[in-house]
Amino acid sequence: MRDFWQSHRDGDVMSEVARAHQGVMARTETYLDWNATTPLRPEAAVAMSAALARCGNPSSVHRWGRSARQAVERARSAVAALLGAPREGVVFVSGGTEANHLALLGSGRERILVSAVEHDSVLRAVPQAERIPVDRDGVVVLDRLDRLLAADPRPALVSVMLANNETGVLQPVAAVAAIARAHGALFHCDAVQAAGRIPLDARTIGADFVTLSAHKLGGPPGIGALVVTGELELTPLLRGGGQESGRRAGTENLPGVAGFAAAANAATEEIAVYDRVRELRDALEASVAAIAPEAVVLGAAAPRLPNTAAISMPGVAAETQVIALDLDGVMVSAGAACSSGKVGPSHVLEAMGLDPDLVSSTIRVSLGWDSSEVDVAHFLRAWTALYHRCRASLIGARAA
Amino acid sequence: MSSVTAAAPPRPEPHLRNAMPIYLDNQSSTRVDPRVLEAMLPYFTEQFGNPHSASHAYGRIAAEAIEQARSEVAALINADPRELIFTSGATEANNLAIKGAAHFARLYPESGQSRDHIITLATEHKCVLESCLQLQREGFSVTYLPVEPNGLVSLDTLAGALSERTLLVSVMAAHNEIGVIQPLAEIGALCRCKGVLFHSDAAQAVGKIALDVEAMKIDLLSISGHKVYGPKGIGALYVRRRPRVRLLPLIDGGGQERGLRSGTLPTPLCVGIGRAAAIAATEMGDEAVRLRRLRDRLLADLARRVSGLRLNGDAERRLPGSLNLGFPGIAALKLIEACPGIAISTGSACTSASVEPSYVLRALGLSEAEANSGIRIGLGRFTTPAEVDYAIDALSAAASRLTALETTPT
Repeated sequence: MRDFWQSHRDGDVMSEVARAHQGVMARTETYLDWNATTPLRPEAAVAMSAALARCGNPSSVHRWGRSARQAVERARSAVAALLGAPREGVVFVSGGTEANHLALLGSGRERILVSAVEHDSVLRAVPQAERIPVDRDGVVVLDRLDRLLAADPRPALVSVMLANNETGVLQPVAAVAAIARAHGALFHCDAVQAAGRIPLDARTIGADFVTLSAHKLGGPPGIGALVVTGELELTPLLRGGGQESGRRAGTENLPGVAGFAAAANAATEEIAVYDRVRELRDALEASVAAIAPEAVVLGAAAPRLPNTAAISMPGVAAETQVIALDLDGVMVSAGAACSSGKVGPSHVLEAMGLDPDLVSSTIRVSLGWDSSEVDVAHFLRAWTALYHRCRASLIGARAA
Repeated sequence: MSSVTAAAPPRPEPHLRNAMPIYLDNQSSTRVDPRVLEAMLPYFTEQFGNPHSASHAYGRIAAEAIEQARSEVAALINADPRELIFTSGATEANNLAIKGAAHFARLYPESGQSRDHIITLATEHKCVLESCLQLQREGFSVTYLPVEPNGLVSLDTLAGALSERTLLVSVMAAHNEIGVIQPLAEIGALCRCKGVLFHSDAAQAVGKIALDVEAMKIDLLSISGHKVYGPKGIGALYVRRRPRVRLLPLIDGGGQERGLRSGTLPTPLCVGIGRAAAIAATEMGDEAVRLRRLRDRLLADLARRVSGLRLNGDAERRLPGSLNLGFPGIAALKLIEACPGIAISTGSACTSASVEPSYVLRALGLSEAEANSGIRIGLGRFTTPAEVDYAIDALSAAASRLTALETTPT
């Protein structure tokens, strides 16, 4: 038993992760679906492997338990630091979906308003929630939010995401917070896609609740957090042993929180890498525009995440593009991963009031801290080849 | 021949500085089996794709690994893989089973009669009791049945509590504090003939004793990863397909897990619980024999050295590695303090920081003082005979020290 764990000390895990990364690089595959999930950061792998080597339930009072508890509390501080929020506000949950449910269902507010471009995990948490419309760039119409809140005096909760998962468009969350506060409403912000990609500060966001997910910033899947920035009560979704100050029952996912914390620290330290990612993304978009004048980058006029490009190739179904690119070894998606197996147009792009042709022909290209010029070049080769094939057949069809 | 005379393994030296105590709290959580970890690692690193990304290879590889894991977990309880829903753990599985069934029944009542009554035991895990309390606040009626002094439910009492309004019976398969195994097949048969759903929290039982959802007529069954040498943060709920059991989800969104549990599935954790289940399936029998032998030796040796030692819960129908013992006149916390070389507990980890006597031991009819003296010992896959010897010495020495202190006239 001991021997195994000794042999899996930090060094070995690091080299294992390094080998894996080399494997990824050596392959002819290019991963540009970072908004779906990211690879595990080496720092997270080390932290998790140490945590996986220990037994112990953080709620136990013996030394194994106390040591597990310390690890959870250290992780809580690290995750709080990602936002500059108080550590007591961090409620560890199983991921972004659960965090969004906890905020919307646990806030105790009878009236819920959500932007029309929220993730399904927000939209479906409260199906009867009122929708705040967005403009053609996907940005919430602040004036409409103000009027919706003014029209009904019931205590409300407003949920608007920081960055959209399909387009990368950033919402004016500080302004949303101000409007919500003026009407006595609580504000929940799903920051899953933004965390680790742009600097975050709880005070600037101004939200009462913030959702975070580890596997979008280089941590493991299966762990996330709802951060409560003030002194608000939460009605738990999961009841039981009273963990997480009674706000979320269930034995803490110790390796998960350790990996989350390590990834959060690394992401904060390396946030400047996204300046380079933004240059890569902008170059990719510029090349696409040069190759295909009719191609459209959605939300381009709005402030966006540095890593996301929603690109339409008019006349070519997104599914066709995704499959063709996959055959060429380029991995992208036709929208949110959770619904990528489903057919039907994206509710995000529809809410932007775009032409149905544009909606059905848009793919999501998302980059990460490891993306390189080589990746962008691979994408452009595959995309250009597809574009020329499709244009030939479209012209052929028109001529016939 | 020579093996007989082989030297005894060296005693562990847990009092050495920095050494962690011997881990005898396997009902609280178990160490991840190295084979489980090895199976998980590639899915943390190379195969990191989102399993719901159907459009590319990374996603498809992850999805295949998850389906393989689902089959392994299903096989352990004789279920169809399509009947397994991955959750974040047994707490979530229990919440989903109980609240999900109740909320579905309220939203879509059967024609003619509405079922709004739930039966559970007074000794269930907090997450079952708390879910039931929540439903009571929502207008459901809940019966908390008492148990016999041995910790088992009386089938007559259960039969007497069932009515046409009863929707669900929730009974833990094997108990987290006292280790007793309930008569699942009998409860299942009773529920089936009354048309009542049978849910069992099997977090402690899965992978330790044989479970068969068909033979036992179980409709909903909760599973935990970290109680069976798998990772924390993953569990599963078995949801019967024939006859179909319907639930409302607690967590909605992307529609994963047949709409019953949205959220990106954690591929490495799913692979981990799958591998843990596969290992348990092949090794459970031998492991149970080994653990029972160790446990019985521990009990017999302690009983010889500590007069009046009491075993809480049925002596026969209990988990192989589990003991709950009362040392007469000695408060459990004092005893635990006096044995820093071993990690044991007073009961459920979730409530172990509380100073209240265990509600479970009280439900067995023990006095407050008796309940306060209960300690839980959980032997596991990595427990060695030497560690058990050490525990016997440590516990009996501490007990006689503490008894001497008590009886010394002042």
